[in-house]
Amino acid sequence: MQDVVLAMLAKEPAHGYELRSRMRAALGPLGEAMNAGQIYVTLARLAKAGLVTSEHSDGRPDRPDRRVYALTPAGQERVVAWLAEVSWPRPDLTEFHLKLVAAATARLADPVALVDAQRREVLRRMRDAQRAALDRSIDPVAGLLLEGVVLRLRADLDWLQECERMWTGRKAGA
Amino acid sequence: MTVLEARGLTKRYGRDSALVRAVDEIDLAVPAGQKLAVMGPSGCGKSTLLHLLGGLQEPSDGEVWLAGRRIDTLSERALARLRRDTIGFVFQSFHLMDELTAVENVELAALLAGRSPRTARRRALHLLDQVGLADRAGHLPAQLSGGQRQRVAVARALTNEPLIVLADEPTGNLDSAATLEVLRLFEELDTTLIVVTHDTRISAIADRMITMRDGAFADDTRLAGAVRAVRAVQS
Repeated sequence: MQDVVLAMLAKEPAHGYELRSRMRAALGPLGEAMNAGQIYVTLARLAKAGLVTSEHSDGRPDRPDRRVYALTPAGQERVVAWLAEVSWPRPDLTEFHLKLVAAATARLADPVALVDAQRREVLRRMRDAQRAALDRSIDPVAGLLLEGVVLRLRADLDWLQECERMWTGRKAGA
Repeated sequence: MTVLEARGLTKRYGRDSALVRAVDEIDLAVPAGQKLAVMGPSGCGKSTLLHLLGGLQEPSDGEVWLAGRRIDTLSERALARLRRDTIGFVFQSFHLMDELTAVENVELAALLAGRSPRTARRRALHLLDQVGLADRAGHLPAQLSGGQRQRVAVARALTNEPLIVLADEPTGNLDSAATLEVLRLFEELDTTLIVVTHDTRISAIADRMITMRDGAFADDTRLAGAVRAVRAVQS
């Protein structure tokens, strides 16, 4: 979140509410969950760290928030570093994998039944994301994020299918 | 009202130790208006099931009833007529006639069903408009994108106002954007629809999902129509 806010200030100084509405637009339906105060908390932290400065503007009287935020040189450096970074969140399949192994070893539960239950849940999430993407009013750029959610969950479903194959075979062989 | 029903439906291939039960004693009732997605890995029997339901293959055992009429015992000729007049098919590879334009492909089904050329053309143009291809009516399939070809195929499937549309991997050859087009089209359909697919995205338009395994149903879930989709995505 901090890096995103810094990057959004790179072009020009902006009010907090501007940053918030730009971010919400880019997130599409997924942006509706964004907490209104989150951006201000983030800005306050960035100011404390010396990455942004702010000053009062004469702004519009209908806006309670009249601070304009701008990047400091340190903030600019951090944006450059962030853009070059290639870290990537790793979906953690280990726990579910070990759950199946433990369930089978100790005969706690039928691993195939666990896979079935998990598939129903992942399928439900994928269906919801795909349904959201069907909405024609969604901005195509925001839709791209939903597509990413869908494709990831599809990969999870493919893997669950492999889990099912493996554990069905084990059961038959036992 | 049940549109399509299967009782003890079975398809076996081979014999003795090589015996494969592609479809194994399946019971299924599909009410009018339902959008059913049958999913599962390749080889689970879902395509065979669709072929049996649509009268494209003969079952080894069991019965298929369409709108209260038993169809698995019909002669090949009667079956051909029934398929033409009451079932709309959509396939992975579109199955359009390459030398016919979009509108000619769509109207062909109506002409074969005995409609006048004028009625057939009017119906075809109306359907192409419905699938968002009014301005592509004169194009040959080769001049259309994959998604557009599949939309022509859906229009063709609807030509004779079928009781049911059966689709076999309709998004199998399509990229993400074209898949979205086809999903939107299916979403708007009023006709009863059965889709067999390994593409789990189809679930977005389904109000019932069946998972097949080894020729039988492993899971059969009915889904609420109006989902609070966005909220659920965030959770």
